[in-house]
Amino acid sequence: MALQMPKSLKPVSPGVTLRAGERESFVAANDPARMSNEADATAKSVSTPQRLAVDIRDVSLTFETADGKVDALSNVSLEIADGEFVSFIGPSGCGKTTMLRVIADLQQPTSGTLLVNGMSAEQARLGRRYGYVFQAPALFPWRTIEKNLKLPLEIMGFSPSEQQQRAARYLALVNLTGFERKFPWQLSGGMQQRVSIARALSFDPALLLMDEPFGALDEIVRDHLNEQLLQLWDKTGKTVLFVTHSIPEAVFLSTRIVVMSPRPGRIIDIIDCNFPRKRTLEIRETPEFLKIAQRVRTGLRAGHSYDE
Amino acid sequence: MTSSALALSVSDARAWRRQALIVRYAPIVTIVLALIAIWYVAAVLMNLSLVRDGFEREETPYTISDLLEGTMSAERPLLPAPHQVISAFSDSVFGYAPTAPRSLVYHSAVTLSATLLGFVFGALLGIGLALMIVHSRVLEKSLLPWIICSQMVPILALAPIFVVVLGAMGLQGLLPKSIISAYLCFFPITIGMVKGFTSPDPMQLDLMRTWSASPRQVLAKLRWPSAVPYLFASLKVAISISLIGAIVAELPTGGEAGIGARLLAGSYYGQTVQIWSALLAAAILASGLIALVDVTERMVGMRMGARS
Repeated sequence: MALQMPKSLKPVSPGVTLRAGERESFVAANDPARMSNEADATAKSVSTPQRLAVDIRDVSLTFETADGKVDALSNVSLEIADGEFVSFIGPSGCGKTTMLRVIADLQQPTSGTLLVNGMSAEQARLGRRYGYVFQAPALFPWRTIEKNLKLPLEIMGFSPSEQQQRAARYLALVNLTGFERKFPWQLSGGMQQRVSIARALSFDPALLLMDEPFGALDEIVRDHLNEQLLQLWDKTGKTVLFVTHSIPEAVFLSTRIVVMSPRPGRIIDIIDCNFPRKRTLEIRETPEFLKIAQRVRTGLRAGHSYDE
Repeated sequence: MTSSALALSVSDARAWRRQALIVRYAPIVTIVLALIAIWYVAAVLMNLSLVRDGFEREETPYTISDLLEGTMSAERPLLPAPHQVISAFSDSVFGYAPTAPRSLVYHSAVTLSATLLGFVFGALLGIGLALMIVHSRVLEKSLLPWIICSQMVPILALAPIFVVVLGAMGLQGLLPKSIISAYLCFFPITIGMVKGFTSPDPMQLDLMRTWSASPRQVLAKLRWPSAVPYLFASLKVAISISLIGAIVAELPTGGEAGIGARLLAGSYYGQTVQIWSALLAAAILASGLIALVDVTERMVGMRMGARS
């Protein structure tokens, strides 16, 4: 088994090496039977998390713009356990996207400390520990769907047969088998976004960062993809950080909701949201759901009134 | 019912396509015919005094139809009529063996080889410079002004200098000509490719960063494919410029062979018909070269999923 390891498992940079346990979980993910076992194990461990997926302490980020300083994040602290589904919600400019970009090492905080999977954000990025889904699908228009899926795998040096297997497996996961040879423009917006989710999952990162992935889609497609995403999370046991504008979406998907407020960008409320792992869209009509949604709305409103 | 409806729609489509063909080519044909008509009228007007002087010098009586006939068939007219150019052209193309020094095929081949070699040099230089400019801010600032300056000096002034200097270095014939041609044609390629290499979406660049792709991978898998449309746009400009460069380079070499040499010889001896047929050869060559780039572009576009 060890002989078939993809090249990417070699240390990517000094200081980033895989520990034995991580090797094991990687192998397990390659094997569908063991994968579901692992998912069950993760599901059980959610209630008693041993490790933090993301640990943010006192992080601030100030942009220097032509009009002066903008506090995108101000003294934000947050701990996210392995296997959680955390939504970030708040008005535009509250720093929720910036937060995700800081975790992804696409932007560096001005002050504070940040650990992703127990390492620095840069190490986590160099070690390819997370998959990022952007607001737009950002597919490469000159590549077929299959080749788009293989792009991160090519970059990470997976063998061609491994690339092929994974492309097929993750296309199936987002119900797009049969579209391998199509080009992105031949797919609808919802399908393209599913491809971009499959692409983020293809190298099996433990952490999934999603920045308003369904923002540009219509309500029905969005509902459908929400259900699919929830099933996917349940199946794979990944940690998901999810930025959204939509209160029902946040309440429906999350184990925790982080409500943020702008100028300066900060956390004003964190709401636990313990619906059963297997849930359907119908729970949106229940009193519990509406109660949480109401609390989120109150929080958002408080953030706004503070601003005015 | 359905099959007859289908048959009807197929014949409709054919009729529509035939009509579309007429609609497409009618304006082109009209313009060509109009140009030829204007050319004949201009030939009559410009050659009239020349022909009349000829008759009067020989003191032969002449009629108006004699005059008109004369303007169409003068040996050294100011402006030869289209049919004169075409017959001289076909004589010098088909009348001699392709290797004979009087054959336009021979001269075109000489110019074509310098053009193609110069084009290849120019494309490589242009792309190389663009790569350097894109990857280093310092190089951008130090190279770009010189690149722009290089195009401000008239090539007619530079060409003899190149020929003399390179001749002193023992380089003669094809190489100096292709260097002059490359000097002219690298410019649009550099400008186009700088634009092309910087054309990827910020989101696509961020994606590459989340996968911790190396700069070489970013170039090969994102910047280069993004630049392809810009590449072909600039190649189309460059290839016609490189033909002009090759022709101009043939002027100061004293005119041994090539379209430029034919133009020069024609102007020495007042052989206007010869000049015009050499110009016709150059025009045909240029259209052929651009068509070649066009076909390549289409083929590449098909492989890269361009919409029809």
